[in-house]
Amino acid sequence: MALSELDVLAGLAELVNDETGIAADAVQMDKSFTDDLDIDSISMMTIVVNAEDKFGVKIPDEEVKNLITVADAVKYITANQG
Amino acid sequence: MRRVVVTGIGATTPLAGDALGSWKSLLQGESGIRSLNYEWVEKYELPVTFAGTIKVPASEKLTPQEAKRLDPSSQLALVSAREAWEDAGSPEVSPERLAVDFATGIGGVWTLLDAYDILKERGPRRVLPMTVPMLMPNGPAAAIGMDLGARAGVRTAVSACASGNESIANAFQRIRIGDADVVVAGGAEAAIHPLPIAAFAAMQALSKRNAEPTKASRPYDVDRDGFVMGEGAGSLVLEEYEFAKARGAKIYCEIVGAAVTSDAYHITAPDPEGSGAARAVLGALEQAGASPTEVEHVNAHATSTPVGDIAEFTALKRVFGDHTKNLVVAATKSSTGHLLGGAGAIEAIFTILALKEQMCPGTLNLDNQDPAIELHVPRQSTSLSRHDAVAISNSFGFGGHNAVLAFRNL
Repeated sequence: MALSELDVLAGLAELVNDETGIAADAVQMDKSFTDDLDIDSISMMTIVVNAEDKFGVKIPDEEVKNLITVADAVKYITANQG
Repeated sequence: MRRVVVTGIGATTPLAGDALGSWKSLLQGESGIRSLNYEWVEKYELPVTFAGTIKVPASEKLTPQEAKRLDPSSQLALVSAREAWEDAGSPEVSPERLAVDFATGIGGVWTLLDAYDILKERGPRRVLPMTVPMLMPNGPAAAIGMDLGARAGVRTAVSACASGNESIANAFQRIRIGDADVVVAGGAEAAIHPLPIAAFAAMQALSKRNAEPTKASRPYDVDRDGFVMGEGAGSLVLEEYEFAKARGAKIYCEIVGAAVTSDAYHITAPDPEGSGAARAVLGALEQAGASPTEVEHVNAHATSTPVGDIAEFTALKRVFGDHTKNLVVAATKSSTGHLLGGAGAIEAIFTILALKEQMCPGTLNLDNQDPAIELHVPRQSTSLSRHDAVAISNSFGFGGHNAVLAFRNL
């Protein structure tokens, strides 16, 4: 069964917390990964690869630069989950 | 030339999770060598099944995110550097006058080999983006430099088992010539992984005394059969003397000389005549303005290999002549094992504390001293008698590297 956006947000927040230590509840839809959460490109790639594993989704490298906000990532994963 | 003093020490070793704990354990004659209880020991049928593993895991002193982004060698380095920095009273120094000289012999070998396993099993997409910064040998130095905000240069000497001493020597020279006022210096190694064990064993460098791990590291004993791998890190805070005095720092001792030479003889075997090692000792004493008879305590390289221990004795004879018999020698690898790129750093700390407390740590497992090695090597910890004497610490490495440090009480 496909996960809802809320489920994906919760799962993504866990991955962000695991990689960076940022509190999971700070990972909200309107936050920007770089400007608000201060996540660097290396952490972002680690989160992306872990998200591929967790959600069974492919996130091509050229897509990653479009994932500006948490909502961008949540919507992409929800729409493309396998 | 400016003078250089030691104002902080930190370590994590097979004996304890801090510098003073390691020293106390050393004086009590404890061994940090133990059997390895990892599934890979049996899986690969390793010929050597023991090592000097660290007593306190670095993860106990780091956040999960710090641990995740650092190779084990960098984790140990950072733990020891933070301890040394705190011990020095967290000196207020301009970032542009603060440097790091921090060594490793092998680098991020766990990261490299784990990443290769992931590549083979799961493909390139799963290779972590942090792999390169974690495996590079300057990783430990960079981690410390970032943590302390050091902007006067962050450097890494890589000279196998002489690396730790060479980094401290480089730090000493930087302060002497005025490049920096404070330098965090030392070395780390975390290479107790099946590949390095197999590789060192293949060259017959390791002791195979699997049934008696605590008896395996036995420098100068007739039954020595190779070194014992250890892991850990040591850090020193070195400061320009006037700078340290002005801020009212606690001063352990002065580092009065540090010399590096090379054998150009053989890639792994020491020069049997010990001339390169002897020149390093003489170079350090010359910088110290000290004659050989002013030396009392020697923390020897003494790894417990059949040829290495003799070559070092030969070098000492060349430098000290008749005074050799007056030296009070410690072979602390008998307790800690050989920390490779971290060895020089923790042995520098032991030498500094030996001077400060006027106490030579005892050497373990010296049941039958090799008659070819005529040195006074106390079995039990023994008082030193000359407070003003120079103490030296030797490190030599594959590649023909020799690095010697000389210390003196102020």
